[in-house]
Amino acid sequence: MSKDKKIVIGLLIIVLLMVVVPLFALKGAEFGGSDDAGSQVVAEIAGDDYEPWFTPIFESALGGEIPGEIESLLFCVQTGIGVGIIAYAFGYLVARKKYSLKEEK
Amino acid sequence: MFKWTKKEKRIMTFSVMIAALLATSQTVYAMHIMEGYLSAAYCIAWGAVSIPFLVAGVISIRHTVQKKRRALILLAMAGAYIFVLSSLKIPSVTGSCSHMTGTGLSAILFGPMATSVLGIIVLLFQAILLAHGGLTTLGANTFSMAIAGPIFSFLLYKAGIKFKLNRKVNVFIAVALGDLFTYCVTSMQLAMAYPSESGGVAASALKFLAVFAPTQVPLAVIEGILTVIIVMGMESFAAPELKEVGFIKEGN
Repeated sequence: MSKDKKIVIGLLIIVLLMVVVPLFALKGAEFGGSDDAGSQVVAEIAGDDYEPWFTPIFESALGGEIPGEIESLLFCVQTGIGVGIIAYAFGYLVARKKYSLKEEK
Repeated sequence: MFKWTKKEKRIMTFSVMIAALLATSQTVYAMHIMEGYLSAAYCIAWGAVSIPFLVAGVISIRHTVQKKRRALILLAMAGAYIFVLSSLKIPSVTGSCSHMTGTGLSAILFGPMATSVLGIIVLLFQAILLAHGGLTTLGANTFSMAIAGPIFSFLLYKAGIKFKLNRKVNVFIAVALGDLFTYCVTSMQLAMAYPSESGGVAASALKFLAVFAPTQVPLAVIEGILTVIIVMGMESFAAPELKEVGFIKEGN
């Protein structure tokens, strides 16, 4: 195994640990978004509950919050678009290197 | 860098003027700021400040498209990378979730200007479809995530090259600190809009930082590591493209 591969695998393991460990270390934590934590601080500083003066247009079109499952669907779409492009590009690049090496031989 | 044509220079000057006009007519005080959480004056001011960067970004991307066609694939990857990273909400040690910005990669490859355009695409997507961030706070969020953070990463990376840091270490530091810096700027923006009664802007900023920072530090480290991995992949498979954008020196 090349040195680069070892580094990559090592790094991936670190990332995985950093993501998984909080889940088990903090059992029962809510893992809400930190954006919402920001809203709480605003409420704290501004005194009473702060009333946002503009609601997200998608939510006002729906007349309520985006259903949780749909929200995760949309997040997945976003991830999917990104991963698709990156995978396509790396596929192209890897194949190019492979076949151009063959031709040289 | 690129040679700018006269027309492009004129557009640039024009956009700076608009920014100056809009941003100074209101007093400029002021990870994603939530929709409706900044008053209209701040929304416009931050939006105005972002305009010149976006214009410069569009021009710089146009140059890339015209003159460095091979690098397009890297640009697409850098944009897609922002899409992926900013959609992944990751649990952190504080018991809350946050996501990374992903703008560091494109900042070190294409510079902060091009990054601002890639960043605003993602922010628009999230603001309109996901009710995450928001249209009224788009200007402020663009400034923190797609302009301030990337500029910080870019400068750190350039400084790292001067000090002849190992490239992997350099990428890691630049990206991780750039991600953190994004959240510092967000805290400042919120603090300017909501100065606390006793301590003013500074006390307020510390409060917001205290909320965001502990969640964000581990995520910044993760983003740094992931970006190193992507860069390593690019180094081994996309060397000609990296040479074209000047990331690898010719002849290496």
